[in-house]
Amino acid sequence: MTAMLEINDVHAYYGKIHALKGISLNVEQGEIVTLIGGNGAGKTTTLRTICALMRPTSGFVKLNGEDLNKYKPSQLAAKGVAMVPEGRGVFSRMTVLENLEMGAFHRKDKAGIAEDIERVYALFPRLKERHGQVSGTLSGGEQQMLAMGRAMMSRPSLLLLDEPSMGLAPVLVEAIFSTVEEINRQGTTILLVEQNALMALQIAGRGYVLQTGEIVLSDNAKSLQRNAMVQKVYLGVE
Amino acid sequence: MTLSQRLRDIDWIDVWLWIFRILIIVGVVIGIVRKLFFGAGTAYGVDDWLDFFISGLSQGGLYALIALGYTMVYGVLFMINFAHGEFFMSGGMAATYLVASTLAATGFMNEQPIIYLVLVMVFSVLTSMSVSLLTERIAYRPLRRAPRLVPLITAIGASFFWQYIFRGFFGSAVKAFPVPTILEGRVNVLGLDFLKVRLMVIIVSIVALIALYLFVQKTKTGKSIRAVAEDKDVAALMGIDVDRAIATTFAVGAMMAGIAAVLWGLVFKQVIFSMGFVPGIKAFTAAVLGGIGSIPGAALGGFFLGVIEAVGPPLILEGLGAPGAHQLKDVTAFLLLVLVLIFRPQGIIGERLAEKKA
Ligand SMILES: Nc1ncnc2c1ncn2[C@@H]1O[C@H](COP(=O)(O)OP(=O)(O)OP(=O)(O)O)[C@@H](O)[C@H]1O
Ligand SMILES: [Mg+2]
Repeated sequence: MTAMLEINDVHAYYGKIHALKGISLNVEQGEIVTLIGGNGAGKTTTLRTICALMRPTSGFVKLNGEDLNKYKPSQLAAKGVAMVPEGRGVFSRMTVLENLEMGAFHRKDKAGIAEDIERVYALFPRLKERHGQVSGTLSGGEQQMLAMGRAMMSRPSLLLLDEPSMGLAPVLVEAIFSTVEEINRQGTTILLVEQNALMALQIAGRGYVLQTGEIVLSDNAKSLQRNAMVQKVYLGVE
Repeated sequence: MTLSQRLRDIDWIDVWLWIFRILIIVGVVIGIVRKLFFGAGTAYGVDDWLDFFISGLSQGGLYALIALGYTMVYGVLFMINFAHGEFFMSGGMAATYLVASTLAATGFMNEQPIIYLVLVMVFSVLTSMSVSLLTERIAYRPLRRAPRLVPLITAIGASFFWQYIFRGFFGSAVKAFPVPTILEGRVNVLGLDFLKVRLMVIIVSIVALIALYLFVQKTKTGKSIRAVAEDKDVAALMGIDVDRAIATTFAVGAMMAGIAAVLWGLVFKQVIFSMGFVPGIKAFTAAVLGGIGSIPGAALGGFFLGVIEAVGPPLILEGLGAPGAHQLKDVTAFLLLVLVLIFRPQGIIGERLAEKKA
């Protein structure tokens, strides 16, 4: 069986900076996989490469066996890939509702879109209360919910999350992560990028550890939690 | 702190700005007071003032229409499209030479003035849009990732390119723009006396501005333009074709310029290959006045500039004793620009770009 997402020996550069030095990873249908690593490890770059926002200089990214490299970023939503970007990336001058509509931009089924807006509101009741509010004035947590809701509006089969816990209070992080689990239960495969390894490894089935552009470890989440190096560097256990 | 230390801490540019601000305010106040209470310069009646105001409004409508192109392109690309004045010129020139003169010569213009106006307008809009889309595709798109100065210089080059192309095709003479006889003379509406052409300009520009605003706010394409203006990468991930949204932005801005060109012809009754320059700079001024990047700002800035230009010279400059104050219209416009940049760099209703990012 081929993996849903297959990244094989991908190299990527920013000018002369060698940001990804031969990354390989797989995500199977229905999984939550986490990619953990410190600042500047190359996590965001990996996600940008999957979304075709960056071209790998060598290696490939395949979705259900099909090379994603030949597509423009704007074609990926229709392929079933959605991303919640680092720093949320909500359209701050647009309302909450308009942001959600943008998430469904490539879809034509009006009824289905209306239904999905209600689904997102059920997942995040706060968004419903604030549907007419300009997104730039939402709190950080609400913006994270909006970015996730907006990504769900494309009915993705694969959801990429870039550090959803960044800058949020612990209670909110818990809430966001349990929503990620809920989204996964409803059938969306998830690749979760995190610095917060403690939380990420609790909900993920498997994980990869990225350091300066290379995957240095990959295992199931339980073993990673017990791994001495991970404990020392990412979990702060002495 | 000693006196010498304090003196060293003073920012002399700030001091100069403050002196400048105070001088300007004093000058404006003295001018207005002398004009209104001491009867300096020509004596104007209420009708004269109304006339200044109405012609200012209609001129402002034209600036507003052109300003939209600057502001929308700036909104999506952070680039000042200095060729926009030429998008305006191209519509006016092509429509006059290729459609309007012919229809006037055959007598069709006065038999069917409405159809005539619509035809001229459509032709002008199509020309402006084509010129703008060609410029975007050939001159700007390949430079999307270049340093900011590069597209700016390219835009200036494109501006010259189109001027010479149109001069090459149509010559460098002034050409009369045929105005249907039904638009000649004055009309009384709501007790106000309008030149018919001026009234038409005011109405058409307001309708076009509202239509554009609704397009950007309510339609899917309009929303995609707003999304691209905020974040191109994220917009692309939503499935928005960024190149297409940018091209649409250029096309819509050029459409407004094409409409403005015909209205301009109706008011000034002539066109020439260099007609895009001054209105272009004025409209750019209007866009900056309103806060560049903001659509309501461009509209407001346009009307504001038009009215100040018309009312400012007789009210302020004549009061200050300037001879030939009406010739100083353009001086007023650019003085206003400098003033706004000093007092309110973000424009009348603009937000500071730095704050926007945060
Ligand atoms: N636009 C860019 N231009 C040049 N170098 C970049 C750019 N973006 C990232 N880099 C470099 O590429 C490397 C990987 O960056 P990346 O953003 O992928 O890290 P990250 O793992 O997401 O880090 P963080 O947790 O801080 O978000 C870093 O060394 C970074 O400095
Ligand atoms: Mg990152």
